[in-house]
Amino acid sequence: MPKEHRLILKHIDAEGYTRDIKCYMKNGGYKTLEKVLKSRGKKEGDKKYSPQEWLRQEVLASGLRGRGGAGFSCGLKWSFVDRRSGKPIYLICNADESEPGTFKDKQIIYKDPHQLIEGMIISCWANDVNLAYIYIRGEFVEGAQILEEALVEARKKNFLGNKVCGTDFKLDIHVHRGAGAYICGEETGLIESLEGKRAYPRIKPPYFPAVLGLYMCPTIVNNVETLCNVKHIAKMGSAKFAALGTPRNTGTRIVSLSGQIKNPGYYEVEVGHATLGELIFDKNFGGGLLDGHELQAIIPGGSSSKVLRAGEKFKVKKPGPDGKPVETEVDLLDLPYDFDSLMAAGTMSGSGAIIVMDDSTDIVEALANVAEFYAHESCGQCTPCREGSLWMSKALHRLTHGEGRKEDRAYLQRIATNIQGRTICAFGEACAWPVLSFMDKFGDEFEARGEAHEKAKETEVGGFVPHKVAASPDS
Amino acid sequence: MKFKVSPKLEKEIDDRIKNYPEKRSASLMILHAVQEAQGYISQDAVEWIAAKLELEPINVYELVTFYPMFRQEPAGKYVIKVCRTLSCALGGSGQLFKHFCKKLKLDPKKHGLQTSKDGRFSVEFVECLASCGTAPVMMINGDFYEGVTTEKADKLMSKCK
Repeated sequence: MPKEHRLILKHIDAEGYTRDIKCYMKNGGYKTLEKVLKSRGKKEGDKKYSPQEWLRQEVLASGLRGRGGAGFSCGLKWSFVDRRSGKPIYLICNADESEPGTFKDKQIIYKDPHQLIEGMIISCWANDVNLAYIYIRGEFVEGAQILEEALVEARKKNFLGNKVCGTDFKLDIHVHRGAGAYICGEETGLIESLEGKRAYPRIKPPYFPAVLGLYMCPTIVNNVETLCNVKHIAKMGSAKFAALGTPRNTGTRIVSLSGQIKNPGYYEVEVGHATLGELIFDKNFGGGLLDGHELQAIIPGGSSSKVLRAGEKFKVKKPGPDGKPVETEVDLLDLPYDFDSLMAAGTMSGSGAIIVMDDSTDIVEALANVAEFYAHESCGQCTPCREGSLWMSKALHRLTHGEGRKEDRAYLQRIATNIQGRTICAFGEACAWPVLSFMDKFGDEFEARGEAHEKAKETEVGGFVPHKVAASPDS
Repeated sequence: MKFKVSPKLEKEIDDRIKNYPEKRSASLMILHAVQEAQGYISQDAVEWIAAKLELEPINVYELVTFYPMFRQEPAGKYVIKVCRTLSCALGGSGQLFKHFCKKLKLDPKKHGLQTSKDGRFSVEFVECLASCGTAPVMMINGDFYEGVTTEKADKLMSKCK
C-alpha cells in the first residue's frame, strides 16, 4: 500500500513545529542556502559551469516539472530566460492558488513560509535576480501577513538585503496581493496585475515572460510548490531528487483531495507511486467514499481538467520488458497519478487537485456550478471566451431550472468547441474542457434532462406550446 | 477633494510604493489598504490614489471594477463570504448561504454583496477560496472558517458584535 512521502510537507503539522524563523532554522532551515552560496561550480568534460549555471543545470537534470498546472519543465523554463538583454531579471512566485479544488500552497504559506522563501532566494541567486515578488491571492489576508512577517525575519538574519549571508548577492522580496480574480493565476495576467493593471493575459508570442515579462524585462514565474522543490534539489542533488517518483515524473507532489470522500485533505506522494484509486480509497489517503455511495465521476486536476467517469478504461502506453512502449488497457482507478498517465487518459493532473463526486451528485448541477465559475472569472478580453463562457453558463442554468431543451447538449458542445484554441490564454480551454468532457461522458443525462423539461412544459399547457423557448444567441 | 487618509495610512502607502520600480504597480496594494481603512473605495479615493501614483483616475477605477474584492459602496461591519464553487457546493455551501440569507432577511437569488438592514452583516457568494478539503468554507472579514455547519455559522455570527 503506498504511503505519503513528505518532502515539502515534512514539518507541516508536526507537533511543536511553528512557522517562525527560529523553528525553521532549528530544523536545518537556510542551511541549503548557505551551502549553495558557497558552492564553486563544476567542470564536466570540456564545459565549465559557474555556480549559478550549475544549479540551473541541476534543476534541469532533476526533471522537476512545474506544480502550478501545466507541468512544464522548470529547468527548461529557466533556460529560456534572456540573460543577455542587460535588463534586470525578475522572479515572481505564483501564490494565487485559484484553481478550484486546490489548497496545497496554502499549507506551505501558512505553516512553513520560510521554506518557500529559502527556495525563492536560491532560485533568485541561480538566475541573477535581485528583486522578486510573491503574488498571493487577495483572500489569503492572513497568508500575506505571515509572509511579510517571515520576510522581515529573513531580512534581519541577512538572508535578504544588500549582502545576502555576507556575499555580494543582493536580493529583496516583496508581497503583492491580488484581489479575487482567477485569471491572475495565468502568468502573463499575473504580470499585468503586478504592474497595476487589469489582469488581461498577454499574447504569446511575443510576450513570453522569459523575454518580455514584468516591465518588459525577462521574468520567471514559478508556483509555490515548484520553488520549494528547488530548495530540495539544491539540498539533495538532482540524482537523488530524480530517484523519487518515476522517470519523467520526478519528485513528490502534494495532492489536494476534496469532494465526497471520507478524508479530504492534502497528501504528499512520490509522483506516480499512487494510483487515482489508491488516493481515493486507501485509508492512508482519501479513505473511500461516504458510506452507501458509489463513485460517479472524478475531476482529476482542478476544475479545468477533463472529467473522468467511473468505470472508464484507457489505453495507456507503458514501457514493456524490452523497453519499447506497449499499449495496455488500464481501468480509471488504476491510473498512476502523474503528469503523463493522465495526459494519456485525455485529461491532466493540473494543479494536483482531485475532486470526487459520488452517485448522490447531480452531474448537471455539478457542471452548471463549474460553468458559472468560468463565466464569472473570464477576464473579458477575448470575445469567444467572454461571450461563450456566459452562454454555456446560461444554458446550464436553464437545464438546472426546469427550462432545458433537448438540443442544449449539442448547443453546449458547439460553443465549447468554438472557444478552445481561439483565445489569447489557456482560460479558453479551461472553460471549454469541462463542458466538452461532461458532454462526452455524461451527454445522455443532459439530453434527457432537456427532454424532460420540454415534456413537462407540453403537459403543463395541455399539449400546446404557445411560444418557443427564448432563442439563444446562436440558434 | 473631501478624501483624507490618516498620516499612518499615508506612510504605509508611501512605503508600499517604494517596493516597486514603477509606482503604478502599487495600485492594488493601495486599494487594499484604503478599503481596509475606509470600508470601500469611493470616487474621491480613486482620484486621490490616481494622483498619488501619477495616473489618470480611469487607471485606478478600472481596477475597482475588474477585481471582485473591491467594492464601491460601504458594506456591513462584518462581511461574510461563502464559497460557491464545486467542492464547497458538494459540501453544502448552498444551504449555508441560504441559511445566512434567511437569518438576515436577504434574497438568496440575488447576485453580489447584500447588507442586512441594521448594517451589521454583509453576505456574498464568492468563487473558490482555496480551502476545498474542509468544505464548506467561508470568511468573515479577513478570517477563514472551515467546515462550517449551520450551527457553527450561528455561533460565529453571535460572536460578531
